[in-house]
Amino acid sequence: MATTVAAESADTAAGHMANEFLTFRLGKEEYGIEILKVQEIRGYDAVTHIANAPEFIKGVVNLRGIIVPIVDMRIKFQLEKADYDQFTVVIILNVTGRVVGIVVDAVSDVINLGAEQMRPAPEFGATINAEYIMGLGTVGERMLILMDIEKLMSSSDMGLIEQIAH
Amino acid sequence: MTTDMTQFYQVFFEEAAELLAEMETRLLGLDLNAPSIEDLNAIFRTAHSIKGGAGTFGFSDMTDLTHVLESLLDRLRKGELAVRSEMIDIFLSAGDILKDQLAGHRGDGKADPAAAAAACIELKRLAAGDAPAATVAAPAAPAAAPASVAAQPAVSPDKIYRIEFPNEGISAQVMGNLLTNLGQMGALQNLSQPAETGNKKNSKKASKGAAQPCVLKLATAASEEDIWEVLAFMVDVSNLKIETEAPASEAAATSVANEPQLESTASEDAGYGFFQGAPAAPAAPAANPGAAPADAAATEVAAKSPGRRLSDDPNVEVTRSGRRPDDKLVVSAASETSSIRVSIEKVDQLINLVGELVITQAMLAQTASQVDPVIYEKLLDGMSTLERNTRDMQESVMSIRMMPISFVFSRYPRVVRDLAAKLNKQVELKTVGESTELDRGLIEKIADPLTHLVRNSLDHGIELPEKRVAAGKPAKGTITLQASHQGGNIVIEVIDDGGGLNRDKILAKAKERGLPVKEDISDSDVWLLIFEAGFSTADVVTDVSGRGVGMDVVKRNIQGMGGQVEIDSALGVGTRISVRLPLTLAILDGLSVSVGNEMFILPLGYIIESLQPAEEDVKTVSGRGRVVQVRGEYLPVVALHEIFNLRPKVTEVHQGIVVILESEGRKTALFVDALVGQHQVVIKSLESNYRRVQGISGATIMGDGRVALIIDAAGMIAAAQNKSAQTV
Repeated sequence: MATTVAAESADTAAGHMANEFLTFRLGKEEYGIEILKVQEIRGYDAVTHIANAPEFIKGVVNLRGIIVPIVDMRIKFQLEKADYDQFTVVIILNVTGRVVGIVVDAVSDVINLGAEQMRPAPEFGATINAEYIMGLGTVGERMLILMDIEKLMSSSDMGLIEQIAH
Repeated sequence: MTTDMTQFYQVFFEEAAELLAEMETRLLGLDLNAPSIEDLNAIFRTAHSIKGGAGTFGFSDMTDLTHVLESLLDRLRKGELAVRSEMIDIFLSAGDILKDQLAGHRGDGKADPAAAAAACIELKRLAAGDAPAATVAAPAAPAAAPASVAAQPAVSPDKIYRIEFPNEGISAQVMGNLLTNLGQMGALQNLSQPAETGNKKNSKKASKGAAQPCVLKLATAASEEDIWEVLAFMVDVSNLKIETEAPASEAAATSVANEPQLESTASEDAGYGFFQGAPAAPAAPAANPGAAPADAAATEVAAKSPGRRLSDDPNVEVTRSGRRPDDKLVVSAASETSSIRVSIEKVDQLINLVGELVITQAMLAQTASQVDPVIYEKLLDGMSTLERNTRDMQESVMSIRMMPISFVFSRYPRVVRDLAAKLNKQVELKTVGESTELDRGLIEKIADPLTHLVRNSLDHGIELPEKRVAAGKPAKGTITLQASHQGGNIVIEVIDDGGGLNRDKILAKAKERGLPVKEDISDSDVWLLIFEAGFSTADVVTDVSGRGVGMDVVKRNIQGMGGQVEIDSALGVGTRISVRLPLTLAILDGLSVSVGNEMFILPLGYIIESLQPAEEDVKTVSGRGRVVQVRGEYLPVVALHEIFNLRPKVTEVHQGIVVILESEGRKTALFVDALVGQHQVVIKSLESNYRRVQGISGATIMGDGRVALIIDAAGMIAAAQNKSAQTV
């Protein structure tokens, strides 16, 4: 299934951006990430905490024998509420050869975005790092924040990957 | 066809590398006074197998060298020649050249054809020159030192071959390649040059030129088979003629052999007349094609005498086609019986699956334990069998990736032997604990740092024999390589009985380099200075060491594997460098402890005991640090919840449990809420998807599918000791 998705997107991709996105909710905002980076979606399970890790790193879980760190995006993006209920979902990502899980409020759907539906990200103030935003997508009334998840996950402020400087 | 072959290249590369390693080990283990026939046979077989494989893939340079190697070995194993140490030397260097050639074919690095040619000559000289009858016939041979021959391969007498073949159907490009290849072997003269050039320049004339055979004249030290090898793949073999003319020096005196019905003329036929005096001559046809070109006198006879068809000789056949049936049999029989080749990924996948199976089994067992044992007797029986089988299976699967450290140790006798000879030192290498098993991945990574340490010990540690005798030590120094399991670690030690590290010299050097050092720092801190980048106390920079690059790399590599390096040294007595490595992939015996809601695994190897201390045994030191008295000893208390910022169920030490841990003779009491149980756990890496965590050496998956973290006991003890040292 993953291969068919890959083939389709390769065929239809216009320009350098992939145009099939998995959308999910964080608080009131809707985000989109490239479907090809997504390995699977699971419910939120008990995690094992890691000592002295930043608050947004919830801990690690066992994914069929692999130890996978879990990042709560709601805490990372400083949303007001970070409750864990039956809609809370973990998206397992496969970025730069690593497997990472992100906790989001809910997963909506997979949508196709044409080039005309994608706008470049506007200039934000210094508070939000526009570096990790690929652009904005519009679907009817909805606005999607298209995230460069790979860049974000491998960035030093996530602290997921050992930096050379350490 | 070509693509068909390339897919087997990798197999050949791996196999050949292993065979070469085996050959080297056997050579080094060979007792010169009483060489065992078994060993010689084994060495012969390895050379033969390499030759067979190389021939199949058309790696002619390897075939050539192994062929002469094999010829000499064949004579040795048949007892026709006595093994001498110079032979071992040349075998070893031939092995090195083969390794280079292998690397060349693999695409990394380039072999030196001159070195290979020199080694061929040397081997041929040894194979032929030592025959009883030959000593008189070939006086030139034994006197020449191997080094001088290697340095000037051009000095060796060249033979002149007349090569004739029809150039019909050979494209200009192939012809060009062919001429280049032949040109590399020696001085090439194209006697049919005009027709040849016409061929290339004008396609219309090509048909005319094709009628004319291509005649080449080649003066080379290479044997006739070498030429055959080069040509066989490109030209029509049935019409190929290779004839020997007289050696260059005597060209005038001898006439060109010209037997039209011959496919080729063997120069080495000289061997027949040559070996007649030797008792075993008829039994040694294999030695024949390898007969030395060095015996110039004999070649003269050979050139005049009518040739023999090379194909009559089964051995030569191998070199040419590279596909002798029994040749393949030897290779496949050997590999089939002893091992199979499986990629690491497949093994890792298997290990992961078995890990999953173990977890599933544990979950089932937990559920099954709640049913009524009387009604479900059969189910519970089945469960216990399943448990036993999964455990056995897990153990055997884990052992696939484990390899004895002898795989690494086996390369050092050679390193020590070569280096000791170079430095004029007498050194004996001892290895202890070679069967200690560690993960394959570690085996590969540890080899380079260890080589460095061994070389360092030999160069800086062991003194020259005179100096050792003057110091009252035996002239022969000893380097000991020792491997052992210590707790959850593998400790590899490089011990020498040399001069030891010189504190004053290191300190002086450190100051000279502007490192911030105090006069009164402890010895162990002084020793650690040698791991600083660019640090060297060697007076003279040699090609062995002294540039100060190396020890810092060693330390970095070992730390990269999650290991540690320690140095013990006494001036005039010796040095011991210990490398402590974690077992990255192994079943760890661990004790699970709970703190708050979390579960941690303590490696059992570090645990001495666990106890609940009485309230009066727990004391505070200067109001802050806590110690616990255990049988008259005061041990610092480390509270796990403080280190990991957890909310514990109990805060008073006497209400919980202290686990006494020991590492390197230092003890620490670790305070936890409760003990849970003892488990065998599979170590999983946290780093593959996350990063290193202070105080944690890895993670594992418990029976309920949850992740538990494994505590880095050694690191924790060291941290505790440093902390207490600072407070005091």
